[in-house]
Amino acid sequence: MVKKIEEGSHAVADVVRLLNPGVLAMYPITPSTHIPERLSEFEANGELGGKIIRVESEFSAISAVVGASARGIRAYTATSSQGLALMHEVLFAASGMRLPIVITVANRALSAPLNIFNDWQDSISERDSGWLQFYGEDSQEVVDLMIQAYKIAEDKRVLLPTMVCMDGFFLTHTYDVIDVPEDLKGFVPDYKPEHAFLDPKKPMTQGAWAMQEPYFKLRKELEEAQRSIFPVIKEVHDDFAKVFGRSYGDGLIEVYGEGDNAVVTMGSFSTNLKVLADKLGFQVIRIRCYRPFPDKELAAALKGKESVAVFEKDVSYGTGHGAVYNDVRTVYNGKMVNFIVGLGGLDVPVSALEKMYKQVPEMKDAETRWQI
Amino acid sequence: MSSEVISSGHSACAGCGEIMGERMVLEAIGKDVIVCQATGCMEVTTTPYPKTTFKVPWVHVTFENAASVASGVVEADRKLGGDATVLAIGGDGGMMDIGFRALSGALERGHDILVVITDNEAYMNTGIQRSSGTPKYASTTTTPAGKVIPGKLQWKKNIARIAVAHGAPYVATASVGFPQDLAAKVKKAKSIRGPKLIHLFTPCPVGWGFDSSKTVYYAKKAVETGLWPLYEVEHGKLKIDQKPSFAPVEEYFKGQKRYKHLTPELIAEIEKHVKDRWAELEKQEAAGINLQLLP
Repeated sequence: MVKKIEEGSHAVADVVRLLNPGVLAMYPITPSTHIPERLSEFEANGELGGKIIRVESEFSAISAVVGASARGIRAYTATSSQGLALMHEVLFAASGMRLPIVITVANRALSAPLNIFNDWQDSISERDSGWLQFYGEDSQEVVDLMIQAYKIAEDKRVLLPTMVCMDGFFLTHTYDVIDVPEDLKGFVPDYKPEHAFLDPKKPMTQGAWAMQEPYFKLRKELEEAQRSIFPVIKEVHDDFAKVFGRSYGDGLIEVYGEGDNAVVTMGSFSTNLKVLADKLGFQVIRIRCYRPFPDKELAAALKGKESVAVFEKDVSYGTGHGAVYNDVRTVYNGKMVNFIVGLGGLDVPVSALEKMYKQVPEMKDAETRWQI
Repeated sequence: MSSEVISSGHSACAGCGEIMGERMVLEAIGKDVIVCQATGCMEVTTTPYPKTTFKVPWVHVTFENAASVASGVVEADRKLGGDATVLAIGGDGGMMDIGFRALSGALERGHDILVVITDNEAYMNTGIQRSSGTPKYASTTTTPAGKVIPGKLQWKKNIARIAVAHGAPYVATASVGFPQDLAAKVKKAKSIRGPKLIHLFTPCPVGWGFDSSKTVYYAKKAVETGLWPLYEVEHGKLKIDQKPSFAPVEEYFKGQKRYKHLTPELIAEIEKHVKDRWAELEKQEAAGINLQLLP
């Protein structure tokens, strides 16, 4: 085990090199760009096993990755914001085709107005694409999630594409003490697909079209697959903890501290909320696996709470709330309020969180307040 | 019609030039192939889940990304030790319009792929709408010939020349009316490393409004009138494969509903365009210049 002081993006590139995807497609977009830059340095120095395709758009990045995965090899790309939005159409194809691609999303705001800074609107807007979504609190967790993500996605019980989300700039561009394993100790076996490959020796048709009834059934199967894999996610998380010595709650959610009142959130500013929790005595419940949505675990964690406040960096426009609030509402009937914070990279310091959290007693159930 | 690569039972229309083209291309390549198909008639008539027409590996993802999918497939194939011919195939809409960025990117990057554009000169799968492959004055459902506007007002996009400008080592035009010429071009393309493109003329009885027994007739007539030149550009050098007899273009227009509104003036304009294009083609062939080096 070697801990290094490293930039978050570079740590992700390090672990991607170890995971050894056969094809990597790259298109530059801030703030994800340091990942392909570092991977390109590895390639230039003969240290990368896979082939990098420097595509002409994110649309082609995800398309090339889908092609590579459909051929039967592990594939990777990274993106942000407009790039993820440009991939939207192919994201649905990838999940429908059950291709276990893993991508890193460096979370960033969506236009308009144009803004390069962090919020979650890009990946939150893809929550219904059929992909698994994990959100890391710090770069160490993102590195660990990358390893777990390939193992989960490629598991025969899963076979679903996966987004590992890390807050743009806050994680991608900051340095931290990170333990990137020197080898993966066989934790992620080689990808040898039995369900989807393009081999002239064993011809297969992939990406067919379907009439109403088979279409309906296949889409239902996709949801059933999502809902059936909670044990796999927990199992991989627990096995990872045994091999690498790090764990994050039960793999789905992490419960921090104790208290009659709870805050639910995701991502890097959970750390600020934990600092505040130490001072004010509430409990922080951090969602690590957002898709599939861990409703049972959240329901159990929130049971009997006097109030729940959801802090999030996204808006589900027209509903009066953020998307995370709307999801958590489905498992909790007590007093629940929503804070929309940090859009477009607006800083969310502990002091701002404290001012907001102190408003909870005066707020009505289902009320939403905005940071500014 | 059944073959080594495509089985019978697909639902392409009687007289479909595109399925003829796809079969001819695949038969010329052989079984060591991976097909990356754009959305379109050739996808919806061949692969209604859980059935498939294809006896070779075949993948479809979206309308506009066949060339990008092929980029990933070929690099994965080579990493896995394969040497399959990776075919990106789609129509004029899928390759010349909505998939143009993906096509340009794949050609520029130099992947070892073969691109075939099965050009039936409109969006036939959605009901005969205009594309950049639609010829001037053709009537489509979105460029209907009316009292004031005589169909589409622009010339056809010259996708083969655009491919040449990308530095692709082999670019050719072909027609399903000349299957031996097409097979020879596919085999030549297969023998060359890097990106190759064949722009294949595939008449559509439904979209063009002619009898389904006349597909090969029109596929030949377009070449004989000079409207569809058959040529190859290998490493930038142009070679005309067939000098047309320059039969009057009316012979080609006659019997196609999409052209029934043409006046003598419009026909004369097209006739002149054909003559001018051929003069340029012959000049370039005679000069023996490397078209890839042209500024």
